[in-house]
Amino acid sequence: MMFLKIMPVLLSVMIMVSIVLYFVSEKNLMKYLGNDAGLGAYIFAAAIGAIAIIPSFISYPLAGVLVKAGVSYGVISVFINTLKMVGILTIPIEAKFLGYKISILRNILALIGALVVGGLMAFIYSIT
Amino acid sequence: MKKNKKIKFDFFVIFAFMAFALYSYISGYAPGMEIIKDNFWGFFKEMMFILPVMFILVGLFDVWVPKEKVQKYIGKASGIKGIVLVMILGFLQAGPIYAAYPVAYMLWKKGTPPTNIFIYLSSVSIIQVPVIAFEVGFLGFKFFLLRVLISFPVFIILGFILGNYFEKKQFKFMKV
Repeated sequence: MMFLKIMPVLLSVMIMVSIVLYFVSEKNLMKYLGNDAGLGAYIFAAAIGAIAIIPSFISYPLAGVLVKAGVSYGVISVFINTLKMVGILTIPIEAKFLGYKISILRNILALIGALVVGGLMAFIYSIT
Repeated sequence: MKKNKKIKFDFFVIFAFMAFALYSYISGYAPGMEIIKDNFWGFFKEMMFILPVMFILVGLFDVWVPKEKVQKYIGKASGIKGIVLVMILGFLQAGPIYAAYPVAYMLWKKGTPPTNIFIYLSSVSIIQVPVIAFEVGFLGFKFFLLRVLISFPVFIILGFILGNYFEKKQFKFMKV
């Protein structure tokens, strides 16, 4: 039943994402996330992940598309981890439970953590 | 009222898209065909396969893991056992991290120490059992394994740092 309840939302989100993906050209995304972008790709992936609110059933397919298009696994891990751990737009929600000081501190530390993980991932992929 | 509006909007999008699809198919409108065949149909196929499995898993966890019982085992005196348990509790949960704050508040109220709560919050983001199928399916098992193995120590250390700071400054979790 829960599955049927969520279907309308799910379908409309899938439709909108399909349309947005058509306009966000792969070439543009690759310019900022591709291997040529170097360190900037990590910063850009972290920025998207920190700001965006994307549910898993959309973020993983999107990450899969990006990998096939040539984005490195290190950059993808930064994207996935920041998406999960860092939420700039949701800091006000978080602050209601933890207070602003701790919320901001947690987000900053998580952002740094995600970049560290991304760097280590890139290193391991480069030697294997 | 608000919920009704949202559902109406969803149905509007769906019907408008169906009309658009039909029009594109009949007239051979190329951008339309690309949106439908390359983007939407790809999503649709994968969702129809993965989502039912996910919902069954989420439902089972809901039934199998009663919250009150878990809390009994993760209090101040629980040590390593408590840490392992809060990690597992985090892993089993799906959804974004802000969905975990109400749980965090509840844990705090029932006497869970801040380090355990921040480790729980970190764990929510490292592995989410209900969406493992997604990650492995779209990014491969190697990526999943590496991301988990590397993220794990980094974010658990982060949980310890935040929890200790929280305790030292005598901060409080707040009820919303």
